[in-house]
Amino acid sequence: MANQPALCWFEECTRASLPLVGGKCSSLGELINAGVRVPPGFALTTEGVRRFMAAGGIGGDVRAQLRGLDVRNPEALERASAAIRSMIESTPFPLELEDAVAERYRKLSVRCCIPAVPVAVRSSATAEDLPDASFAGQQDTYLWIRGADEVLRHVRRCISSLYTARAIAYRANKGFADDSVAISVGVQKMAKSYAAGVMFTLHPTNGDRSVIVIDSNFGFGESVVSGEVTPDHFVVNKVTLDILERTVATKQSCYTVDQKTQTSRAFEVPFERQRVQSLIDDEIVELAGMGKKIERHYGCPVDVEWAVDKDLPAGSNLFILQARPETVWSRRSRSIVADREASAMDYIVSSMLQGKRVT
Amino acid sequence: MKFPVPHDVKAQTIPGTEGWERMYPYQYQFVTDDPERNRYEKETFWFYDGLHYPEPLYPFDTIWDEAWYLALSQYNNRIFQVPPVRGVDHRIINGYVYISPVPVKDPAEIGQRVPNFTERAGYYFKNWDALETKWKKKMEATIRELEALQIPQLPELEDISVVTEALGESKGFHLLKAYDDLINLGIKTWQYHFEFLNLGYAAYVFFLDFTQKLFPSIPLQRVTQMISGVDVIMYQSDEELKKLARKALALDIAEAVTFSPEWSVVEAGLKKLPKGQEWLQALDKARDPWFHISTGTGWYHHDRSWNDNMNVPLAGIATYIEKIRQGVNIERPMQKVRAERDRITAEYRDLIEKEEDRKQFDELLGCAKTVFPYVENHLFYVEHWFHSIFWNKIRDVAQVLKTHGIIADIEDVWYLRRDEIKQALWDVVTAWATGVTPRGAKTWPMEIDWRKGVMQKFREWKAPPAIGTAPEVIQEPFTIVLWGVTNKSLSDWAAVQEVKDPDSITELKGFAGSPGVIQGRARVCRTVDDINQLQEGEILVAPTTSPSWAPAFAKIGACVTDVGGVMSHAAIVCREYGMPAVVGTGHATKIIKTGMTVNVDGSSGAVSIAR
Repeated sequence: MANQPALCWFEECTRASLPLVGGKCSSLGELINAGVRVPPGFALTTEGVRRFMAAGGIGGDVRAQLRGLDVRNPEALERASAAIRSMIESTPFPLELEDAVAERYRKLSVRCCIPAVPVAVRSSATAEDLPDASFAGQQDTYLWIRGADEVLRHVRRCISSLYTARAIAYRANKGFADDSVAISVGVQKMAKSYAAGVMFTLHPTNGDRSVIVIDSNFGFGESVVSGEVTPDHFVVNKVTLDILERTVATKQSCYTVDQKTQTSRAFEVPFERQRVQSLIDDEIVELAGMGKKIERHYGCPVDVEWAVDKDLPAGSNLFILQARPETVWSRRSRSIVADREASAMDYIVSSMLQGKRVT
Repeated sequence: MKFPVPHDVKAQTIPGTEGWERMYPYQYQFVTDDPERNRYEKETFWFYDGLHYPEPLYPFDTIWDEAWYLALSQYNNRIFQVPPVRGVDHRIINGYVYISPVPVKDPAEIGQRVPNFTERAGYYFKNWDALETKWKKKMEATIRELEALQIPQLPELEDISVVTEALGESKGFHLLKAYDDLINLGIKTWQYHFEFLNLGYAAYVFFLDFTQKLFPSIPLQRVTQMISGVDVIMYQSDEELKKLARKALALDIAEAVTFSPEWSVVEAGLKKLPKGQEWLQALDKARDPWFHISTGTGWYHHDRSWNDNMNVPLAGIATYIEKIRQGVNIERPMQKVRAERDRITAEYRDLIEKEEDRKQFDELLGCAKTVFPYVENHLFYVEHWFHSIFWNKIRDVAQVLKTHGIIADIEDVWYLRRDEIKQALWDVVTAWATGVTPRGAKTWPMEIDWRKGVMQKFREWKAPPAIGTAPEVIQEPFTIVLWGVTNKSLSDWAAVQEVKDPDSITELKGFAGSPGVIQGRARVCRTVDDINQLQEGEILVAPTTSPSWAPAFAKIGACVTDVGGVMSHAAIVCREYGMPAVVGTGHATKIIKTGMTVNVDGSSGAVSIAR
């Protein structure tokens, strides 16, 4: 393990890097290598996290806290979780690792031509995207983080999020050993997004694979991901890339940067913008085209988080922040529509007998 | 969903139209004096056939309704025995036709009908191409017969040959017979019209049904695109115009051809030029049959053909000459259209997950592609070619009626039912034979005047889109494809009824005919005569379009129609040109006015008006 790197650029990651950088970061690497536009960033690998936990003996203390813990006792569980988390969050990185992370962050800032580039800090768990072990939402995401110290602090918070009471109980119930689920942390340049949201390369309500569905709001995508607002909703024909449905919602709030505090928070959308389509038609079509490409790369329907960067010119301002195989419909075995070995005539007759429901 | 009771609608007679029922066959009436029929009518769901009848029927034009009432129903019920449905029943209120598919309710009876249908329809599906070849021969022979049919005038004295050749028949008898023959040719043509049509639609409907099960969001226009032919007859008339435009330029007589929008002027000019003669010969060749193309749907007598009004094709030729001079390529991009069709088909096919479904898709697609050319091509033979000649033959009959004082004007003939014309001819013929005045010379002109007033009031009346009791299931393939009777369309229709002030409407819904979004200036063209007013890039708003409108599409940015589905002419041509179309909006020509800025979204089927 010791010869594994503690840090990796996203573009150095592939699907095979999953044990080292977790699901999110490895899939970002995949996307970059497939030619998809992804904001640059790097991962503190599971090895990096291991070195952090090993230094100062936190690893041992954590194990001690968990040993003999009765997860059915909520008070004990909460107590253990709080102790572990404060321990992780208050322990400094070993000097060598701290320097390495700060140096990566500085390089990222140089690459982006932005001093102290704002980043999103996200955990990337190795078990997160595995079927039957959906840990989604159990680790944290921190937006608009600037400066090396802040980055380091939020990296620690991400690591500690592996030990929320809920996550500990979940692992215990599912029978995962606590050290079998390693965590990595992704640090990604944050698009100053004009609009952002999610995209499915199939219809989430009926599994129709011939369409791409996009939900969009102004600002960062968190308002869409969390379901806090009713987003604009677009259905695009996957085959011909024309927009089949366009539902513009009244969007009352969005997340964006508070210029004073340099943090992300919810703002009220000015009244005159609430009914404005958050993503223009050309962007919808370009985004759907990217969705189609990602799906082709993965060989299955995907769900995607995306953003439009307001500082970049049209045609190069759409970014994919995250992509993963769609899980709901993909797991469901699709039933066959056709009659057994039916000729066209048999199908016509049997369909005619069923008729078409109109009310 | 609640719809009005037919008899209540009918009972609210428009003042001044009392007695209108006599303008149509008696079996078309909703009745109150026959309890059993009355109950059937109330329990049945009737929808207004706005697709074919955007305006009220003239008494004579009812002939095609009677013809298809018979033909569709007989093929469905007596010839192929479509298992769950008999025929399609018809009624008329205030000149508007309401129709209703008649279901077979007893499951045992449906079961008994299955083997017949499988055997008979199966025979057609299996031998489609050979039978279709036969059909074309039958149809062409019928049209030749129609062309040859002469409507005799009644002479003061019969020709001597009647005596010397011992003919034993008078021109009076010949007139009666010619009229009967003419009507019978019309009815026969409509027998042929439906020989393949419902089977064609069935194959299409269930291919559509299957693809929608696989892909619930697949747009109808894409399904149609997968099966549409590229070399269909419908484009031929337009191709002839392009050929003539090129020929005019090649012969260096384009100046003379575009000299005036008035055909008589241009023709006179061309006759003086030696090269003009050559061009006129080429034109004459193109005119039969390709200019027998109606400027409307062909369903109404006032839909005149190019041959009737040569100014229309002349304007088309002028447009193409202008385009060629500007260096615009006027060729249809056949290669591109075909390639796009194949790409779309292959991509959808690739999205099918199960092998069994892919097999079924191939099977149904093959079947739909076999039958679809007929669905597109029959219109040219029947509604355009045959009808164009037929209407003029009726005008020949009208000339006789006019000569004998029954009608004041040729165009008054349409206010008589076809059987009333027969009666009037008897009146004329017997009076002529006897040497007295026909009785109708006094009665018909008054009646016709009254009917003109009634028709005008009918035009101002708004036919409710649906009446009676909505069913749970509709199985008649025609009803589904042509009229798009679905849960959604029913509620849209219900909504249309509620609109009171047309000037307050800012959005119209129709069928997504051809994808794309564009904003532009609207130009309302009520007839094909208006298309020469179109400016480059304008949005054409029309009641419906037909192949005779083709030159308009070289100029416009998008098209919006009142009537028609995704297989209508406007939708097909716009897809080929890659411009948006919203079709079947119901009343775009009434709400949109020339000069308005409209936004046409051909992907979702919405038209919004900037007010």
